[in-house]
Amino acid sequence: MIQADLNIILPEILISVFAMAALLVAVYTSKDKLAPMLTWVTAAVFLVVGFWIGTSGSGTNVAFGGMFIDDGFSRFAKVVILISAACVLVMSQGYMAARGILKFEYPLLIALAVVGMMMMVSAGDLMSLYMGLELQSLALYVVASLRRDSVKSTEAGLKYFVLGALSSGLLLYGASLTYGFAGTTLFSGIIQTATEGEVSIGLLFGLVFLVSGMAFKVSAVPFHMWTPDVYEGSPTPVTAFFATAPKVAAMGLFARVLHDAFGGITGDWQQILAFLSVLSMFLGAIAAIGQRNIKRLMAFSSIAHMGYALMGLAAGTAFGVQAMLIYMAIYVTMNVGTFAFIMSMERDGQPVTDIRSLNMLSKREPGKALAMLILLFSLAGVPPLVGFFGKLYVLRAAYEGGLAWLAVAGVVASVIGAFYYLRIVFYMYFGEEQDEALDKGGSPILYGFLMASAAIMLLGVVNLFGIEGVAEAAAATLVN
Amino acid sequence: MESIILFAPLVGALIGGFGWKLIGERGAMWVTTGLLFLACAFSWIVFLTHGPETQHIQILRWIESGSLSTDWSIRLDRLTSIMLIVITTVSALVHLYSFGYMAHDENFREGESYKPRFFAYLSFFTFAMLMLVTSDNLVQMFFGWEGVGVASYLLIGFYYRKPSANAAAIKAFVVNRVGDFGFALGIFALFFLTDSIRFDDVFAAAPDLAETQLTFLWTEWNAANLIAFLLFVGAMGKSAQLILHTWLPDAMEGPTPVSALIHAATMVTAGVFLVCRMSPLMEFAPEAMMFVTFLGATTAFFAATVGLVQNDIKRVIAYSTCSQLGYMFVAAGVGVYSVAMFHLFTHAFFKAMLFLGAGSVIHGMHHEQDMRNYGGLRHKMPKTFWAMMIGTLAITGVGIPLTGWIGFAGFVSKDAVIESAYAGTAGGYAFWMLLIAALFTSFYSWRLMFLTFYGKPRGDKHTHEHAHESPNVMLIPLGVLAVGAVFAGAIWYGSFFGKTNEVVKFFGGKYGEPTQELVEAVAERSPKASELHYVMESKPGEAAIYIAPENTVLHEAHYVPTWVKLSPFIAMLIGLATAYWFYIVNPALPKRLAEQQRPLYLFLLNKWYFDEVYDFVFVQPSKALGRFLWKRGDEGTIDGTINGVSMGVIPFFTRLAGRFQSGYIFTYAFAMVIGIAILITWMTLSGGAH
Repeated sequence: MIQADLNIILPEILISVFAMAALLVAVYTSKDKLAPMLTWVTAAVFLVVGFWIGTSGSGTNVAFGGMFIDDGFSRFAKVVILISAACVLVMSQGYMAARGILKFEYPLLIALAVVGMMMMVSAGDLMSLYMGLELQSLALYVVASLRRDSVKSTEAGLKYFVLGALSSGLLLYGASLTYGFAGTTLFSGIIQTATEGEVSIGLLFGLVFLVSGMAFKVSAVPFHMWTPDVYEGSPTPVTAFFATAPKVAAMGLFARVLHDAFGGITGDWQQILAFLSVLSMFLGAIAAIGQRNIKRLMAFSSIAHMGYALMGLAAGTAFGVQAMLIYMAIYVTMNVGTFAFIMSMERDGQPVTDIRSLNMLSKREPGKALAMLILLFSLAGVPPLVGFFGKLYVLRAAYEGGLAWLAVAGVVASVIGAFYYLRIVFYMYFGEEQDEALDKGGSPILYGFLMASAAIMLLGVVNLFGIEGVAEAAAATLVN
Repeated sequence: MESIILFAPLVGALIGGFGWKLIGERGAMWVTTGLLFLACAFSWIVFLTHGPETQHIQILRWIESGSLSTDWSIRLDRLTSIMLIVITTVSALVHLYSFGYMAHDENFREGESYKPRFFAYLSFFTFAMLMLVTSDNLVQMFFGWEGVGVASYLLIGFYYRKPSANAAAIKAFVVNRVGDFGFALGIFALFFLTDSIRFDDVFAAAPDLAETQLTFLWTEWNAANLIAFLLFVGAMGKSAQLILHTWLPDAMEGPTPVSALIHAATMVTAGVFLVCRMSPLMEFAPEAMMFVTFLGATTAFFAATVGLVQNDIKRVIAYSTCSQLGYMFVAAGVGVYSVAMFHLFTHAFFKAMLFLGAGSVIHGMHHEQDMRNYGGLRHKMPKTFWAMMIGTLAITGVGIPLTGWIGFAGFVSKDAVIESAYAGTAGGYAFWMLLIAALFTSFYSWRLMFLTFYGKPRGDKHTHEHAHESPNVMLIPLGVLAVGAVFAGAIWYGSFFGKTNEVVKFFGGKYGEPTQELVEAVAERSPKASELHYVMESKPGEAAIYIAPENTVLHEAHYVPTWVKLSPFIAMLIGLATAYWFYIVNPALPKRLAEQQRPLYLFLLNKWYFDEVYDFVFVQPSKALGRFLWKRGDEGTIDGTINGVSMGVIPFFTRLAGRFQSGYIFTYAFAMVIGIAILITWMTLSGGAH
């Protein structure tokens, strides 16, 4: 029995063992000198495990009496998480080294966070959910303040920690309420209690608290306040990481809890999610207009994007989950490219984050400017780029799920949001000439990621690289 | 062969329009003209060799959409083959004529290439027109219908630097939209009721349509009448009948060959063709046909009166065209479709010739179009003079009365129309209108001749000194058309206006014995016409045209009283005499008369004030509405809202969001707690409160 259980969580075990072993080795040998090598190795491990999960897994396997679920949905989320984490690691290596903050703990903390995320998307019980969530969060608190001598970085880590603790409290409170009223922490048990028409108000309160705790992780309004400060204060590679893998994990967890544990009362959580979604879309769009700092701007951008992903979930259908998965995959791809660009924004070797520094970039570096233009248009959801199709999917899901008003609101918000993306394009192509130009060239790795991401946005319009069918299968395993 | 006729002009248009840089200007002109002469030769072969039976030649599968399923195919029957020769002959000649007429044009700058474009448009028009007449279903016809509309628009506005030409082009297009709307509604109604747009199906369903009621605009209508009326609205637009006629005179802004081809011989007759093509339906719509007769007669009279006083040589002929189209509609309206086609056929020859002759005069007089500045030109351009003379003899209807068929083409067909009108309306309104119109026609046609070619030269001396005969490329088409204008009537008299059995046979139908009651009814109505031997026996749609067995107007028209047969000739003589007196004997008289009868003169000169009334009733209110929607609606409301939201409301919220983002942890925690509180409250109130 235990043998079979361990077999199922073998990928997680593998990465954990790797992280701990590497920690020991690094501590007792040359410490930070090993960091570049460790970064590459970790990224390689991610890719190998991701490839393994993506190709070998099949069917639905349950371990530890239902606490851990390995199914199509979790595999889809895990592959996205692992690949995006690997990408961010590869991108960050040069940047961190140049700033002298490439500690050997960095890749290992990321590895542990990734294990936490894999737990989250596979959780079949409130306990394992919390364990995964905390493992991920604790690792992230540390990497946020990785730059210990920077006030902003430490402030970001502290804010994240305090508010994260608050949200964990909310989540735990919700979990205990749920346990109290359902009599079990297993999702498969909760869903039997929480059926349409006979659900108790206590269980609903538990649901609300659980949702609030998870909304904090996906930074949905009004639990989003930490996002801009943490994004701004953390080193840029860490920000890039925050914006990608943890969001996928948290959205996966969201979908898992709502459908596996509360799938019987879709009507009740649908309203909450629609509420969070519409607030996130509008606040993300409106608040970003006031930002000059591109990292803060991306923070609001990710808040808005989470609003759209939640719109897919709010539909409460299998198609909604499929739309959400597609949206997240596209979102992660766009963000990897965008952050590759942001990391390459330097003047005299120092990172620059003011968007006005991009004035007339198109003259100096037409290739990069064009790639960024494609990414920004895609982020804004301009057809025929891939970002448009992501939005189209969630809008369709919302419409078919009976939330036409939400779809309309989404369109309006995306019109407002287009403004700040297009303003960057405006600066790059029609801005004023300036003397203090950004450094030319930059890391070929970053350039490669930027170009690849932009190319995907263009070429993906053909068939979205077949992700549609995979996401459909994944969604089908979650929602029956 | 039919496909070659149809597509040769298209190929010509494409090569000439897009490939002229490769083959050169002259190359493009020769290619388009050559292909049209080819199409013309084939058309005559088809007309002379192909029997009267209906033939379908499929070109491709076209539409498959629900129950709408149709081919793109050619319907070849007598109607089609008549139109084929009319279109390709006139078009080929006009192409040739344009070599001379368009050789130099002061509307274009030195070295500017406009000829290939002109020839390509002409060829494109020809293709669209052929498309229209060869169509096998209504949508295909509508395609051709709109195609000729586009070509007409492009050619009227060919001198695009002239504001008046652009305005005229837009006017033609917009006025035709009104008609096309009716046509489209008619097609929709037919599809709605018969679930098909193919002519065969629609015609077969015609007797049922006469029994069907249809609700349209909150009123019950007889389906056949309503559809016939709607289709006729389309015909009114294309054929410039009263109410929708205003675009035709303005269309004279286009180059003269265009006026000859499109606005005299072919496109404007599309409406007549439509009514004849739909004859199986029209025969079941007596009220609609009465309206057609009435409107045609009124148009014939109206346009003739306006033609009396116009001074622009092309406008006179334009109003004459409008008037002659009225004749055709009267013939169709009283149910003698063959005669309508007959007049269409002869009219194409003599009217195209008149236009081309007028073009020759204009060309020789250096683009002077005002007849008051002409005079005595018969010595300067004798060949043009003779061509115009033949055209005038044809249009005014010179021939030997009571023989029926010995005379110029216009004499034969026009008398046929007038006699049919008498028989069809029992000597009523339409007959008298046409008769008066015939008098006026004679007057204004001879007035044109006398003012242009007789008397002393008036106007600019310099122009008159340099007036010259046109080159041969322009005179040869005139000569060819003259043959048609002289002989077309006499040759095909029997086929179009002979005994009923001849006509029915010509159009591919079967004839049979009339019933006894019918013979008695006819004998009672007109005793002279008691010898009714044949009526049409084919079912609707089996022949090119359909004449219901009860419809004996064609037969009765041959037995109208002698004074009726003589009357058009007498009207012609009176018109000729008056014109001679006014413009040769006593040239001061017209001016005096105009001053004495000033209100009447101004009324006619201003075309019954149609343009002014339309301007007041339609154009100005539309403009006012447009201005209102633009200034208030677009600029005020839409732009205002967008600007207000994007420059006022959104930045306010942006600042607000910025203020909340204070950087203090307690603010953030507070926001989270508020969020929780709201969600809990909401849940308590809505979801789980039971």
